[in-house]
Amino acid sequence: MLLIACPYCGERAETEFSYGGEAGIARPKDPHALSDEQWADYLFMRKNSRGMHRELWNHAQGCRRWFEVERDTVSYVIKECYEIATPATSRDNQSRAD
Amino acid sequence: MKKYSAFSLLRNAFSHNRDWPEAWRSPEPKPEYDVIIVGGGGHGLATAYYLAKEHGARNIAVVEKGWIGGGNTGRNTTIVRSNYLWTEASLLYEKSMQLWEGLSQDLNFNVMFSQRGVYNLGHSLQDMRDIERRVGANRLNGIDAEVVTAAQIKKAIPIINTSPAARYPILGASLQRRAGVARHDAVAWGFARAADALGVDIIEQCEVTGINRENGRVTGVETTRGSIRARKVGVVVAGNATVLADMAELRLPIESHPLQALVSEPMKPVLDTVVMSNAVHGYISQSDKGELVIGAGIDAYNGYGQRGSFQTIEHTLEAIIELFPVLSRVRMLRMWGGIVDICPDACPIISKMPVGGLYFNCGWGTGGFKATPGSGWVFAHTIARDEPHDLNAPFDLRRFETGALIDEHGAAAVAH
Repeated sequence: MLLIACPYCGERAETEFSYGGEAGIARPKDPHALSDEQWADYLFMRKNSRGMHRELWNHAQGCRRWFEVERDTVSYVIKECYEIATPATSRDNQSRAD
Repeated sequence: MKKYSAFSLLRNAFSHNRDWPEAWRSPEPKPEYDVIIVGGGGHGLATAYYLAKEHGARNIAVVEKGWIGGGNTGRNTTIVRSNYLWTEASLLYEKSMQLWEGLSQDLNFNVMFSQRGVYNLGHSLQDMRDIERRVGANRLNGIDAEVVTAAQIKKAIPIINTSPAARYPILGASLQRRAGVARHDAVAWGFARAADALGVDIIEQCEVTGINRENGRVTGVETTRGSIRARKVGVVVAGNATVLADMAELRLPIESHPLQALVSEPMKPVLDTVVMSNAVHGYISQSDKGELVIGAGIDAYNGYGQRGSFQTIEHTLEAIIELFPVLSRVRMLRMWGGIVDICPDACPIISKMPVGGLYFNCGWGTGGFKATPGSGWVFAHTIARDEPHDLNAPFDLRRFETGALIDEHGAAAVAH
């Protein structure tokens, strides 16, 4: 079980949280301007990194706030938990290769 | 290939079983192949076998980073069924079911396919409506399916708890009698041996580290055992699909998650069929060794670690105890995880890619084992003809752009 450090509440067991998937995906400002391929990329395509992964978690049974976690998807070791970067693209996206 | 038979068993018994030939060769990779299949699991080996058998291809290699069948092929709960809701999915899985029915003879290898039936339980009125709808859809597609009552379930499975006082009472089930289980290792070994006999090179301990391309066409792969040229490359690597797609600078709608399973200590026969429940979410069968084989859902987070969190296992066992209170004191023997490639619509991608000569077969998620022969059969067709078979044409990668998704989440008899 993961031990996740909610930036608002501190370390809690994984069972208190729900997972929100890849972080840093910004909703396009003008969806109508997008091609089908670009829209599919936003909706469905994911980095699914093998290694460091920026992801969203919600402290569902605690403060109910969303935050971001950087976690290694092979060792499951959590590197960092922090408040959501705003705007979503302001933190450097991890390259897909790492 | 030396044919396995009762006679060969007897003959080898006289020589104390010291003279069995190796089931497949361990060749060095050649500099060039017509087709390279990346991934030596059941699906990859089946693809190579049907490429050689049905399409006359001879210069084929299967490259595998570990040992064959050591990934999800050896980590699933071995259930085989074809009672999916949507026509596209049910026809694909039914093709696989028909291949299963003749597979041991076809491969001359006993894959221990046992059509012991699969029950998908309903615990609420809505469950039962969904079950009736799915059974109706299955029958219209020519797939055997029936609705059974709680009394019929109790008669067939005496240890199940059908009390109306249960927290989630069992109201009925769908039953596919042709469904069942198969020996997963034997499936990998059988396909490997039969493919090898048709000239396929199976190269283990050979990890692909790059996909070489020129002018928008694939030219081969880089591996830990050197570069290998190829005219076509088929990728069937389950949980690592995105890692391979990255090598060709392609994006996939796949997320990899751990899926855990476990077996109990062996015991006398208590369960001669397969029971799955969507609502309490667990599934269970009993292996020929007597172990209860138990599984459920994925861990929520992305993961490549071939293990998951403990509460997921706990949740699985809560479901099993809810259905079978008599098993509450059974001790568990082993637990493990595999990495499954989850697709947004819970259906696979069996598709040509934007790079010429490159094909991907992925996204089977939590339910790939049942599809092993059919997946290989349609993927071989796709690679050999450079166009999909009618059965896998709806499973093209472009469905995520057109919106023609095949939503089998929950519709496929068990939640994925």
